[in-house]
Amino acid sequence: MFTAFDNFPALLIWLPLIGGLVAFMLKDGTKVRSWALFSSIITLAVMALSLHYTGNEHVELQTVSYYWLKDLGSSFALSLDGLSRMLCLLTAISFPIIITATWKNPISNANAYYGLLLLTQCGLMGVFMATDMLVFYFFWELALVPVYFLASQWGGERRIQAAFKFFIYTFLGSLLMLVGIIFVYLRTPEQSFSMASFFHAQLTSGEQGWLFWLFFIAFAIKMPVFPFHTWQPDAYDQTSPAVTMVLSGVMVKMGVFAVLRWLLPMFPEAVKHVDKLVIGLSVTGMVYASIIATRQDNLKKLVAYSSIAHIGLMCATLFAQSNIGTQGVMIQMFNHGINIIGMWIVVDQIEQQTGVRKISELGGIAWRAPVLTILLVIIALANVALPLTNAFVGEFLMFSGLYGFSPIYAAVAGLSIILSAVYTLNMIKNVFYGETNVLTANMVEAGLQVRVMLAIIVVLIFMMGVFPGPMFDLLKQGTETLFLKTTVK
Amino acid sequence: MNAIILTAIWGVVMMYVGVFVHRRKARVYMAIAGILLLLITNWLELVGLTLFPIDSKGMLEPGNFGLLFNEVTFFSTLIYFLLSGHDFEDVGGNTSDYFALIFFVLCGISIVTAFKTLLMLFLGIEIISIPLYILAGSDKRNLKSNEAALKYFLMGAFSTGLMLMGITLLYGSSGTFQVDGLNMGLGKLPPMIAIGLVLMMISMAFKVSAAPFHFWTPDVYDGAPTVFTSFMATVVKAGAFFAFLRLFDQAFGKMQDEWRMLLAIITAATLLIGNITAVFQQSVKRMMAYSSIAQAGFMLLAVFALNQTGKQGLLLYATAYSLATIGVFAVLTRMKDYTFEGFTGLSRQQPLVAFSLTVCLLSLAGIPLTAGFFAKYYMLLATLRTGHMIGLVILAVLCAAISVYYYFRVVQAMYFREGTAGSTSRFSDGFKAVLLANSLILILLGIHPDWLLRLFNY
Repeated sequence: MFTAFDNFPALLIWLPLIGGLVAFMLKDGTKVRSWALFSSIITLAVMALSLHYTGNEHVELQTVSYYWLKDLGSSFALSLDGLSRMLCLLTAISFPIIITATWKNPISNANAYYGLLLLTQCGLMGVFMATDMLVFYFFWELALVPVYFLASQWGGERRIQAAFKFFIYTFLGSLLMLVGIIFVYLRTPEQSFSMASFFHAQLTSGEQGWLFWLFFIAFAIKMPVFPFHTWQPDAYDQTSPAVTMVLSGVMVKMGVFAVLRWLLPMFPEAVKHVDKLVIGLSVTGMVYASIIATRQDNLKKLVAYSSIAHIGLMCATLFAQSNIGTQGVMIQMFNHGINIIGMWIVVDQIEQQTGVRKISELGGIAWRAPVLTILLVIIALANVALPLTNAFVGEFLMFSGLYGFSPIYAAVAGLSIILSAVYTLNMIKNVFYGETNVLTANMVEAGLQVRVMLAIIVVLIFMMGVFPGPMFDLLKQGTETLFLKTTVK
Repeated sequence: MNAIILTAIWGVVMMYVGVFVHRRKARVYMAIAGILLLLITNWLELVGLTLFPIDSKGMLEPGNFGLLFNEVTFFSTLIYFLLSGHDFEDVGGNTSDYFALIFFVLCGISIVTAFKTLLMLFLGIEIISIPLYILAGSDKRNLKSNEAALKYFLMGAFSTGLMLMGITLLYGSSGTFQVDGLNMGLGKLPPMIAIGLVLMMISMAFKVSAAPFHFWTPDVYDGAPTVFTSFMATVVKAGAFFAFLRLFDQAFGKMQDEWRMLLAIITAATLLIGNITAVFQQSVKRMMAYSSIAQAGFMLLAVFALNQTGKQGLLLYATAYSLATIGVFAVLTRMKDYTFEGFTGLSRQQPLVAFSLTVCLLSLAGIPLTAGFFAKYYMLLATLRTGHMIGLVILAVLCAAISVYYYFRVVQAMYFREGTAGSTSRFSDGFKAVLLANSLILILLGIHPDWLLRLFNY
């Protein structure tokens, strides 16, 4: 069982898992850091290698399936297709960046910290690659538990409550999803958890109606979509930097991904009935979060609310169900992950050096740390989807998709783009320009490793902004199979 | 049959051990030897070798499921002895008597896993209960322990009375004690059978501490010495559940439509009351008492569903629940302070103990990768399979989410709160090893429940 190492999905699960377990054993702080970095780079290398073997002739390298619980009809099935490849790539890229960028942060019990971080990576990879519903559920939870421990043990003063809120919310969501999973499972033709049989379950449209909500609430909490978002600003505000980056950069994509991978193909009829409602919720959430962000004085919460707005757009576009919009969402999942990690790195640098995260108490950082400022401005502009940056490609496609569904929704959603420019530029003005004060007078340039990581992010931003072709090629396979499934039903 | 005879014999042996063996540790080893012997002989019966061929005239017939359940019970007891056997002497000097009483309880459990007539059910339930009244009051100088024993005895006697009345009515109506003879199925229920059935349900609900017949549980579990609470809340409760399932499966299975609603109400009430009340507890011991009520609510789903999945699920649930709860109580016994604050800083002083305890608590909460997840999963699957009462399933998962709150309070105290209150306790290396092994079993069953459930095919 689970013994073959000769294919990519298995490796991508096992490497972080083993890396994490080894990290627990190490005692010395620097050693653990180096080990975690080494482990995540190996994972990245494997991921990069897997991109060379994407054709149909390499299918046995891209899929795994072992018997797991034979009596229940579940098998340990993973596969790398276009969609999961994109998100696995995001997971693989972000972990080395996160670990390097937070290298200098003081961490107590570093072995547990990095061990849990790598276990989270394992869980995320599993979620993105699972093609068996029970395996998916397993990894879904598996990604949650280490993050709960990470969020409760390291971070701000109210971290325990914030992490607990996050855990209870998501756990409740997953339990409701579990009921839905079991119900659908009982209606599958051959009583199996495989993706194919889940997509062919015999469900009346009435059943689809309420099952949809059981699943959607779980995913909506994770994304988070208004009105299930209340855990998020607290959690981002209170967790330690690396955890915030994992949460916002990679973990929230679990929800978007799950809607795309499971929810839409499973309940096509229900989706037709509720699409307006869900899009309405998402768009409301976008505008609502953007307005809050414009009035936000807490730097971390500002980024958190901007993230809610971005995710809201992704969710809305998914339910608009157009080919072009969906491609935009997939691209944007990757881009948003990269951009927001960049944002957090800068926010973390400011907080490490000045000890505050209030926008009103900061100012004039540009004179002290010009390189940091330039890098941040680029990332921030990417975050508001300026042309030539990666987010523009994604958001353009997403808006096209949404517009095709309904121009009104697209127009309201467009409001949040304007607002995002307002709060982002305001933030840049207040934090980086203006008068230097006592707190920021001693700011120095960020460490070399941080600048290099930010530079890598900036390069990625431009690369994908100017020349997005390779990304679409990567996705092609994914969307085609996906839409095939949706239309076949 | 092997188990019934050997538990009785070993109980008597343990009483004599108290006279002839004076080294305390040797007594514990004798008890462990006894339980190992039981594990082996019960297994032998499972594969077809009966040591004591007795003709019970059709009154006892364990069947594979019953034997498998015995095996699980004995295994839990083994872990219990290994973890807590040495703590018996903190309660009082008569350690071997306590062991003897526990073996008699096991004898009762072996009977209720095999009964074919209502008489044997009654006998088994009484053999389980009477030693427990003594164990609950074994801390003689402690008023709370005395109160627990008295309360337990009065409530137990009351529910036994109800059970006897139920049996009488059933006998009067059908003319037989055989459970198969009662299972006549469709058609309108005669009033005497209906009343008998309700009385049986109430008395069984008493024994498994299902709401609204749970009021004795918190006081008794809280008052009794912690080592014995551990046994009462796990092995005994699992045994009682098996009796409940077996009775309603074999005697009333075909009349399920008549009593399903009643049981659904009991289940819903148990889930709600157990979980919500547990949230407000300040003492971990009392929290565990309410948690045992809450977990009973989940196990009741097996009786509600009454299908093969439910039976498998009950076996898994009993194992997962017993092992996890025994682990929690074993650590709790050694804590100075039973409040949540008493656990602060345990992770720094005793990382292994804290880790194992966390696995136990995660399993009780039903987090994947622990046995508790699949236990809950099977219960939900069994209930959904019946096609009735999807609302009950939703209620159950909502309650499971509530349960996270109180189980995680212990985890939070151990890992995230500053303090050193948990540091005063001593844990021997052997204790840690068994505790760790226990949590590894929970994790293994959480990855591969098949390893246990496949035994059904024997």
